[in-house]
Amino acid sequence: MELTAEKVTREFVRPSGKTNRFFAVKETDFALQSGRLTVLMGRSGSGKTTLLNMLSGLLMPSSGRITADGKDLYAMPDKELSRFRCEHFGVIPQGQTAIHSLTVTENILLPFALYGDAPDEARARQLMERLDIADLANARPAELSGGELRRVAIARALVRKPSLIFADEPTGDLDDENTAEVFRFLKECASEGAAVLVVTHENDAKGYADIMLKMSAGELTQE
Amino acid sequence: MKSLAIKNLKGRPVRTAVLMVLAALLSFTALGGTLVVASLGKGLDSLKARLGADVMVVPKEATMKKKFEDIVLQGSTGYFYMSYALADEVIQREGVGQVSPQFFLASTGSSCCSIPVQIIGFDPATDFTVSPWIKRTYGGELGKYDIVAGSDLNAFVGDKLSFYGVECTVAAKLEKTGTSYDTTVFTNKDTITALIQSSLDKGMNDFKDTDPEKAVSCLMINAADGTSPEELVNDINIHCKKVRAFRSGDMISGIAGSLGGVSQMIRLLIAAVWVLGIVILLLAFTMSVNERKKEFAVLRVMGASRAKLAGLVLKEALCTCLGGSLIGAVVGLLVLLPFNGVIEKTLALPFLLPNAGSITGFAVSAVALSVISGAAAAAVSAWRVSRIDTGLILRGDN
Repeated sequence: MELTAEKVTREFVRPSGKTNRFFAVKETDFALQSGRLTVLMGRSGSGKTTLLNMLSGLLMPSSGRITADGKDLYAMPDKELSRFRCEHFGVIPQGQTAIHSLTVTENILLPFALYGDAPDEARARQLMERLDIADLANARPAELSGGELRRVAIARALVRKPSLIFADEPTGDLDDENTAEVFRFLKECASEGAAVLVVTHENDAKGYADIMLKMSAGELTQE
Repeated sequence: MKSLAIKNLKGRPVRTAVLMVLAALLSFTALGGTLVVASLGKGLDSLKARLGADVMVVPKEATMKKKFEDIVLQGSTGYFYMSYALADEVIQREGVGQVSPQFFLASTGSSCCSIPVQIIGFDPATDFTVSPWIKRTYGGELGKYDIVAGSDLNAFVGDKLSFYGVECTVAAKLEKTGTSYDTTVFTNKDTITALIQSSLDKGMNDFKDTDPEKAVSCLMINAADGTSPEELVNDINIHCKKVRAFRSGDMISGIAGSLGGVSQMIRLLIAAVWVLGIVILLLAFTMSVNERKKEFAVLRVMGASRAKLAGLVLKEALCTCLGGSLIGAVVGLLVLLPFNGVIEKTLALPFLLPNAGSITGFAVSAVALSVISGAAAAAVSAWRVSRIDTGLILRGDN
C-alpha cells in the first residue's frame, strides 16, 4: 500500500500570544513507499508529529489531501476511516500507552477486539518473543517498566500485520540494545513489504533508513 | 468492546463501587420514597373506604373527650353509648337515608380478656359499612360468639379468644387496611350485646343510666337522595343537641393534611437526593474520563471510531448504573417490606402497601429511572470523549 500526501498543510490557532495563527506543517508533498523505512528527524516543535498524525488519519489537514491506495482518507466518514486505520495502519504513539485494566496479551490483541475480529494469538506470541516480553504475557501495565511498555505498544501496533506503520519516537524509553532491536525489527517489517515511517531523534536510525527526511519549522526536506 | 467495558470496571474497583453506590442511592430513594408516598395514599383511601358512610353520629360526650376520632383514626380503645331514643331522634330527621348502628366495647389487659382490643359490633340486617368489607374474606354469616379479627391481631381462624369471660371463635381474618381497623375485632349485634352484658356483670363497664339493651355507640348514615351530607350534618347538629354529627370527609381531613405534608417532604427529599446524586455522577464520570483520556486517545489511534469511544463510556455507565440500581431497589424492598409496620407506627398515619404488581412496577421504574439518569450523566462525558484531540493528548505526555 502506498500513501501519498498532496500539498498538505496544517494550521493551528494559538489561544494566546501575538501571532495567534501559525503553520505547524507548511505545504508539503510526500509519499510513503511500500518496502521502505523512512526516517523523519527534526527538532522538537518542527511539525514531525503533526505530519505523522495527518498521515495516519488522526488529524485532518487544513488543506491538501492524503490518499492510501487512491482512497482519500479524510473524505471517508469517521467510522470507515477508523476501521481502515485499524486494518491497515499500525501506529506506535509517543509515551506510555497501555490500557491499565488489560494484561499485556490483552493489550496487544486489542486491535482485533475493537471490531470483534478473531484474535491472531500466534502472531501476538511471536511478537512478544521477538520483543522479549513473552514472560510478561499476563502482567498488568502497572507492573511493567517504561521500556517494557514501549515494547508492548510496538507489538500492539504490529499485531495485525499493517501495510503502513507509523512510529512516533518508538525507542524513547529503550536502552541502546533494545533501540537497535526495534529498528532492526521495523526494517524487517519494511523488507516484508510494509511502508514504515519513523519519527525519531535517534541518530542511530539513519543506519536503518532507506529514505531520510528532515523537518524544520514545518518544512519537509530530503537529506 | 463490551468485554473491555467490563474489564475497565473491574480494573478500577473503587471507582466502580463509588458509582454503583451512587446509582443504588438514586434507585433506593426513588423506590423507597415512592412506595412510602403511595402507601400513605392507599392508607388514606382505605380509611375512607372503611368509614363507608357519609355521616357518623356519636353521643356528644364522645367528641368532648375526642374518644371517637381516637378510636377510628389512632387505634385507641374506648366506648360510649347513646340511648335508642336519642338515636331515633336522629333517624327521624329529614334527609337521612341508609342508617346502621354500631356498638363499641373495649376489652382490657386483665385476665378476663385474651387481648386488649377495640371491639365493634354491627347489625347485619342494616349494616352497609363493615359487611361488604368482611365479605371479601368471609362469605358466611357470623353466628353468636363468632368474631372477625383485624389483620394485625395475633389471632387466626379457629382460635378461641375470651372477652370479659365470654369465649369467642375467630371466624375470619380481615385483609390489611393500613388503618386502626387492623387492630380491631368485629362481631354482630347479638355477640356484642352479650359481651357488654358480661362486662357489666363483672363491673368493668360504665353505662351510667343508659340501658345496655337499648343503646348504640354510633350511627352510620348515608344522606338520602337530594340531601347533601353537609346539609344533613348541619341539620342534625342544630336539632339534636345531645349528639354530634360528622362528615366522614371532615374527620379524615386532618389526616389527609398531615399525609399531604409528609408526602410533600418525602418528594422534596427524593428531589434533593436525585439532584445531588446526578451532579455527583456527572462529576464522577467527567473525572473518570479526564483521568483516562490518554487511554481513549490510544483506542482512537488503534482504530476506534468516535462513536465507539462514546459507546464505551456509555456501556461502562450502563453497567455500573444497572448493577447499582438493582442493588438499591433490592435494599429498598428489604427495608420497606419487612419494616412497613415500624414506618406506619413512626408516621402515625394510615399506611397500606400497594399490591405486589404495583410494588414490582415501582421497583422496575426506579431502576429504569436511575439507569437513564446515570446514562444521561455519562452522555456528557461520552460526547466529550468522542471529540478528543488524539494528537494533542498523546503529545502532552512528552
